[in-house]
Amino acid sequence: MAEKLIARGLNAYFGSNHAVRDINVTINANRVTAIIGPSGCGKSTLIRCFNRMHEVVPGARVEGQVLLDGEDIYAPGVDPVDIRRRIGMVFQRPTPFPTMSIADNVAAGLKLNGVALSRSERNRIVEHSLRQAALWDEVKDHLDRPGTSLSGGQQQRLCVARALAVKPEVLLMDEPCSALDPISTARIEELLLELKENYTIVIVTHNMQQAARCSDFTAFMYAGSLIEFGETKQIFTNPTRRETEDYITGRFG
Amino acid sequence: MFNPDETLNDRFEFVKERTASRIFHPRSLGDPLFTGIIATLAVIVLALLIGIAIELTVKAMPAIRHFGLSFLASTEWNPATDEYGAMPFIYGTVVSSAIALMIAAPLSLGVALCLSEMAPEWLSRKLGFLIELLAAIPSVVYGLWAIFVLGPWLRDWVEPVLSRYLGFIPLFSGPRVAVGMLTAGVVLAIMILPYIAAVCTEVLRVVPQSQREAAFALGATKWEMVRMAVLPYGASGIIGAIVLGLGRALGETIAVAMVIGNRPVISASLFAPSSTLASVIANEFVEAVTDLNVAALIELGLVLLALGLILNVVARLLVLSATQRRFSRVA
Amino acid sequence: MDNTIASTMRRKYARRLFLRKLKSDLMVGLTLLATVIALVPLFLVLGYLLSKGASSVNWDFFTKLPVPVGQAGGGMANAIVGTFELVGLASLIGVPIGIGAGIYVAEHHGRGLAQAVRFAADIMMGIPSIVIGIFVYAVVVQPVGGFSTMAGAVALAIIMIPLVTRTTEEMILLVPPELREAALALGVPDWRTTLSVVVRTATSGIATGIILAIARITGETAPLLFTAFGNRFWSTSLTQPIASLTVQVYTYAISPFASWQRQAWAGALVLTTIVLALEIGVRWVTQGSARAAR
Repeated sequence: MAEKLIARGLNAYFGSNHAVRDINVTINANRVTAIIGPSGCGKSTLIRCFNRMHEVVPGARVEGQVLLDGEDIYAPGVDPVDIRRRIGMVFQRPTPFPTMSIADNVAAGLKLNGVALSRSERNRIVEHSLRQAALWDEVKDHLDRPGTSLSGGQQQRLCVARALAVKPEVLLMDEPCSALDPISTARIEELLLELKENYTIVIVTHNMQQAARCSDFTAFMYAGSLIEFGETKQIFTNPTRRETEDYITGRFG
Repeated sequence: MFNPDETLNDRFEFVKERTASRIFHPRSLGDPLFTGIIATLAVIVLALLIGIAIELTVKAMPAIRHFGLSFLASTEWNPATDEYGAMPFIYGTVVSSAIALMIAAPLSLGVALCLSEMAPEWLSRKLGFLIELLAAIPSVVYGLWAIFVLGPWLRDWVEPVLSRYLGFIPLFSGPRVAVGMLTAGVVLAIMILPYIAAVCTEVLRVVPQSQREAAFALGATKWEMVRMAVLPYGASGIIGAIVLGLGRALGETIAVAMVIGNRPVISASLFAPSSTLASVIANEFVEAVTDLNVAALIELGLVLLALGLILNVVARLLVLSATQRRFSRVA
Repeated sequence: MDNTIASTMRRKYARRLFLRKLKSDLMVGLTLLATVIALVPLFLVLGYLLSKGASSVNWDFFTKLPVPVGQAGGGMANAIVGTFELVGLASLIGVPIGIGAGIYVAEHHGRGLAQAVRFAADIMMGIPSIVIGIFVYAVVVQPVGGFSTMAGAVALAIIMIPLVTRTTEEMILLVPPELREAALALGVPDWRTTLSVVVRTATSGIATGIILAIARITGETAPLLFTAFGNRFWSTSLTQPIASLTVQVYTYAISPFASWQRQAWAGALVLTTIVLALEIGVRWVTQGSARAAR
């Protein structure tokens, strides 16, 4: 099993607020890794450190290392733009670009990166990405409609398709289902299982059942620190740490 | 067209090649270049403001040196003898703006209350639109209308009434003419009303709905609700809006220049012709002969600029404090 | 006994409530009256413009030059063209500066320079336009040695810049920050994200602001008096004085000649039509698109 992403001594701050404390964790390739923990434990901040999105917020900074295929993405001279193209992200709320059609939304990452595509190449990528995101059948007849015309669950899958179109190696998902209804949530979860054949996936969730259902590994965070990390089955059936057990049995959080 | 057997890498090989060659190089230049451009444009805005203040001061220097502070107090304005004093214009500006405010401020508050509290949504939108059109009419058009319609109407209908009942006050005595301080004040009132009303409406709309509901829950009538909840909450913003209107009235040029009569004297009567800082600049700048005359006119502009700056800073702080409370309440 | 007290109180209360409601209705009526009074001048001005101006607006008005006093006919063709030229040039100068500065202020929100620029734009909106006329006289007209189209356009541009800066900023700040993050997470460079996603999303609002700014400067007279000056003849040259509708209306309105005064009404009607068409048109379009988006 290949090690795709390794965090070493990772600390993240918002101004003077120490949000993520000394994290060491290894994310395996072609697996789904879930990060769970109570609200405000720093799980979203942690995955935003994985593709250098944390530093987008004014006053935010990161210390430590994150190795992508063994290379530190925080090394001087590394372009965060390059990192973000290799490590895609899907956010809590669906964010289709309102000025663009469904098809243009999918192709946005390539187009905005100045990649010249012929019409047929573009169409192939749009179709392929939408199929990967299990949205193609629902939207194939109206690709020219605005992305915002879709339902919330469809919009979120559109965002997955958009992220996949730039062909990332890792896909980070920050509570992708928290704004969705149960049916849409189930579609996204199915999607995760399909996607892990080709991608490494990290998903932040506050929903323990979701983590148990669709992840291979689970990290439990509390108050900015990584408390326990292991195979999902082990974490949920036989946690080694007291805090983990308390959390998954619902005794706090 | 879609073949699931085809591997991803094959499909997107061309994308990889192209992104590899295209992404990195433009970015390294793109960001600093873009930031540089917009920062330069932003600095231009700042430089313009500073430039205006400096340039006016420099060009007014001959007059400032020659007359000193007495320029502001002197009532003598005579290009023939090269004697210049700003007092008649300061007086004209202050009095015409005061007339405008006395008429426009209460009306604007009424309009704002009507738009934000009283009228139903559909009517409020239509009325608001018409009030905005009032602000859109060019000032030269108001001036034209005031010369031929408003001025004569005031002379024939309003001034006789004022002088009959209030004639014992010097302000309302003297010969009645169509062009003068009163006409200028009224036309200014018409022109600043939509601005004050617009800012007031904005301020009142920011009053949280919960404040209104709390008053209604106590059994208040609509007017009692406005007095208990809306007006106190919006007070500083309303004052700010009025100050903003005052700033506009002080600087309004063309409409005033067309109807105020343009005489650089201080008259007791509001019916008499007068002159404002802005109107005298509009009238005499091109014809100014001596350097001192030009410098004196520019110094009037400087006075106008200073007044405008002060009023605007004060007004914006007041309006800001009223509209930003919304955020602190939410947070 | 208790019953009688209760019923007297109820009656008193009912009477007071009636009075309170009456007072409330009266105040509601007063605010409505204030609005009606405020709108009277709008209809009076428009009515007079139509009745006094419409008869002089004819083909000649749009195609002929002004004629000297005493001659019949003539038009304001040069002033109409002049106004378009001045406003067009001013927009060419003012719009890019305003948009660029607005983007800077929005994107670097809270930073020192951005705050200073934002404040400066706010203050500049309050500077009397005649003062801007003096400034341009000092920095353009005097050094060049004469009134010119260019000077007039610069003066109008300076009036336009803070308006465009502030709307651009406000419209960009309305764009949800999530969209920017979504684009950045796709590996799109910052500048590209700003232009193609954030500004692109705010485009219709920014366009509305620009058109309103154009309407505003189209109606400006004071800053043109000693920059563009005015011209009785044809001129489209950038370095010569140029006529404009507003200055022409002003000159004619304060003249003692009835024929010129008639021309002033006609000019004012055309000017007002242009300005109101911009104002109403842009609102109509944005309202339509707002409805479509919903």
